[in-house]
Amino acid sequence: MSTLEPADPPLLEAAHLSRVAGGVRLVDDVTVRVRRREVLAVVGPSGSGKSSFLRLLNRLDEPTSGTVYLEGRDYRLIPPRELRRRVGMVTQTAFLFPGTIGDNLRVGPRHRGQELSEETIAFLLEKVGLGGRAGSDVRHLSGGEAQRVSVARALANDPAVLLLDEPTSALDEAATRDVETLIRRIVGDQKLACLLVTHDQAQAGRLAGRVMVLAAGKLARIGATDEVPHAEDRLH
Amino acid sequence: MLKTVFTDQVALGSVQAALAVAVTLAVMLLARARAIHLERDIVVAVVRGIAQILAVGSVLLLLLRGPRWTGVFLLVGMTIAAATTSARRARGVPGAFRVSLTSIGLGAGSVIALMTWAGVIDTAITALVPIGSMIVANAMNTNSLALNRFRSEVESHVGLIETALALGAGAKETVSPYVRAACEASLIPAIDSLRSLGIVWIPGLMTGMLLSGSEPIYAAIYQFVMIALIFSASGLTALTSTLLIRTYAFSPAEQLTLRPGPAAGG
Ligand SMILES: Nc1ncnc2c1ncn2[C@@H]1O[C@H](COP(=O)(O)OP(=O)(O)OP(=O)(O)O)[C@@H](O)[C@H]1O
Ligand SMILES: [Mg+2]
Repeated sequence: MSTLEPADPPLLEAAHLSRVAGGVRLVDDVTVRVRRREVLAVVGPSGSGKSSFLRLLNRLDEPTSGTVYLEGRDYRLIPPRELRRRVGMVTQTAFLFPGTIGDNLRVGPRHRGQELSEETIAFLLEKVGLGGRAGSDVRHLSGGEAQRVSVARALANDPAVLLLDEPTSALDEAATRDVETLIRRIVGDQKLACLLVTHDQAQAGRLAGRVMVLAAGKLARIGATDEVPHAEDRLH
Repeated sequence: MLKTVFTDQVALGSVQAALAVAVTLAVMLLARARAIHLERDIVVAVVRGIAQILAVGSVLLLLLRGPRWTGVFLLVGMTIAAATTSARRARGVPGAFRVSLTSIGLGAGSVIALMTWAGVIDTAITALVPIGSMIVANAMNTNSLALNRFRSEVESHVGLIETALALGAGAKETVSPYVRAACEASLIPAIDSLRSLGIVWIPGLMTGMLLSGSEPIYAAIYQFVMIALIFSASGLTALTSTLLIRTYAFSPAEQLTLRPGPAAGG
């Protein structure tokens, strides 16, 4: 589509992805490829279908047409649980399970009958800046801490792709910077591909190499972050 | 007081029914004063209730002379009607009718069959049908409560459920706490009526037996038997419906399909 199309084979590819619900075209024929170590920002006005698009990528919702390829494989051939382990998701507000931070990190692996070692938990928490907090009850966490637990919890599954749906929109400036630093670090050393929904053009510029613009469910533009200059003037 | 005025049973019954309806309407007005609108529900329920019970009374009148197996047909019909009622309560829950029919049929059906076979329930239509219908009706209430509670638990925990799914959890595991809550909550009335038997209430069957001249101790024991049967049937129903409904809350690709929406009105 553009000359900026990555050269190496895509890790994740959405192919003519569409979803119609309640008579509305939430996502309309979106085709996009993401490669390893890349952060692709997804921007667009409120209600343009950013979250709907993300929910199709880990198959939390079913596409009406089109599909997604993970490492070249049609994701409908991958068992949903396995797919979701490999395509991790962090939501706008962190939903934490009752218990400790450590308990939350153990949830994903435990569903596959694996037990996270204490060292892995310590390592993950160190990475998200919550070192030594494995035993803390999640009820007492701030919004930023909860969001970082949510990221660590997704990482505990060792995903190949990370979907971040406005991970900082509920956070203040300082917490936002922490989470941004975290995202940059993770993508660098985990060989992850990352899709980051944001309504903050500046954040897209800070974190993403490319940006895709959704409008009414359609892919309006895609290109290098500095080449899609403030396409989001319509944004609040 | 009324009995001195009305000597004819049907006339007496009509006046008594009118008074009962008056009380119901008064409750409705009271609710209305607190902005709780039950008018439509209550009026429809009252009219339907009267029509249905009269129809059944007439059918019973005919059946009393018929062969015994007609009672079974009547109970099967009642079970289907119960499942329809229950499923309507659980609008928005996919597969609600199938789940209700299976659970009520299994819960009430197995208890009625077993106890009739064992001789606890008499096969005479005058015993089998009213007793069986009591069991079916209670199974229906339990089923409605279970489905209703399950739906509201799931709808208020969509975030957590989808988070668990997104972490690779199996669909059924993600709702197991809500299945448990729904099952427990649905059995509260059955447990309470067993617990408060004789203290808070003297149920209809015992009243009827006493009125028709049964030995009071036998009437009491038999009433306990009934409540215990109702409890067993309700328990089986709740266990079945909450087990089955889990599957219907998700699509084959383990996507949560039971979510708050316009179709989910009570
Ligand atoms: N199941 C559904 N049925 C009908 N419409 C829906 C459904 N789910 C979402 N929508 C609508 O689809 C549109 C896109 O929603 P979506 O949440 O994807 O937007 P978004 O770009 O993430 O917006 P925001 O920036 O506010 O998070 C919205 O108008 C929403 O109300
Ligand atoms: Mg959104």
